[in-house]
Amino acid sequence: MATIMTKGVLLALLAAVLGVGSAAYAEGVGDFVLPSSKAASLENCVEPTEYMRRNHFELIRHQRDETVYGGIRGDSHGLSGCVSCHVGYDDTGAPIEIDAEGQFCRSCHAYASVEMNCFDCHATVPRGEAWNHEVAAAHAHLTGSAPIGPTAAER
Amino acid sequence: MNHENESMNQGRRDFLGAAAGVSAAAVAPGVFLHTPVANAAARTDPVTDLHRWGLLVDTSKCADGCTACVDACDSENGLNLQSKPHGQDELKWENQRAVWIRKVKLQDNLTGHVTNLPLMCQHCEHPPCVDVCPTGASFKRADGIVMVDRHTCIGCRYCMMACPYKARSFIHEQVDHKLTRAPRGKGCVESCNLCAHRLDSGDISTACAEACSAEGHQALIFGDLKDPMGPLRQALAKTPSRQIRQDLGLNTGVRYAGI
Repeated sequence: MATIMTKGVLLALLAAVLGVGSAAYAEGVGDFVLPSSKAASLENCVEPTEYMRRNHFELIRHQRDETVYGGIRGDSHGLSGCVSCHVGYDDTGAPIEIDAEGQFCRSCHAYASVEMNCFDCHATVPRGEAWNHEVAAAHAHLTGSAPIGPTAAER
Repeated sequence: MNHENESMNQGRRDFLGAAAGVSAAAVAPGVFLHTPVANAAARTDPVTDLHRWGLLVDTSKCADGCTACVDACDSENGLNLQSKPHGQDELKWENQRAVWIRKVKLQDNLTGHVTNLPLMCQHCEHPPCVDVCPTGASFKRADGIVMVDRHTCIGCRYCMMACPYKARSFIHEQVDHKLTRAPRGKGCVESCNLCAHRLDSGDISTACAEACSAEGHQALIFGDLKDPMGPLRQALAKTPSRQIRQDLGLNTGVRYAGI
């Protein structure tokens, strides 16, 4: 029993050392997550951090077409999700534009020297996000809005 | 499916329940695939052609001087965040700024009768804007909503020329303030999308119809053209209505009564 526990402790220590090691490595390549953003309090992004670093644009681009053509807004891989989680806040609690100097998107894109034009059209702070649950419920009773029902084809 | 009509024969339901027995449990998960999104959650599966969204405008109820639908559309879709470029002529700006709904006033010169109506994208079944688009950016979604994929729009404005309803707008200048639900950028064409962000989030309404109801006019009814029991089809069945430029055979999703 004692040996098992010792092994457990050793494993935990090893894991801790490895964890610290990878965190230090992440800082080495530039960890641009802002302390004031929601992302800072989370373990990792919607996918593992290393995957996101290399492939986030593939995810965003894929989600973009799903959303535009399929109307899928319930997935977590969209640009609005990136912005709402990674946006930094100033001392007054107001969100700072995510493509501003020193902010999450801008600083890494500057480091990698990759042009970014999402924000020519898309909002840089979470503002007026798509219809949410609470507002929809509040409007459900109004005439002119109908509860969605199955069509003849579905019945 | 599990949302049967109120008028559904209870005897038949009992019979089906008894007959299906154990197999009903196995079928149930499949049934839920088609369960309507009543809990207002954002959708995770693509839109289908089981619905076709549309509007009925009762022009007899549309009040002169009321701009509730236009104002609601402007704030819902961030159109009120546009600003006049520095030094631009006021009249030119009024003509060029993006609008999704235009309030149109018609007067019969013989009788003097005045008709007011909101005119927006008519969400045609056979949209001319889609026909002429050289990049495929102008498209019709499976649920009948005609919109622009601004990621592929090159801003040629052929669609604006092709549209018989003058429903589309071009964004001439960089827009400083945008809403998350309504991206907007220089060099792209846009128009009414029947508040697709609401529909995709399970809220079956549009800002314009809601505002019209809130004003007490009830001139705009939004709903599903493919649901015979829905409010839109019920209203269409009761009221004579027509399409604007019906002669073009576009089968519009927006219908007008009283013109």
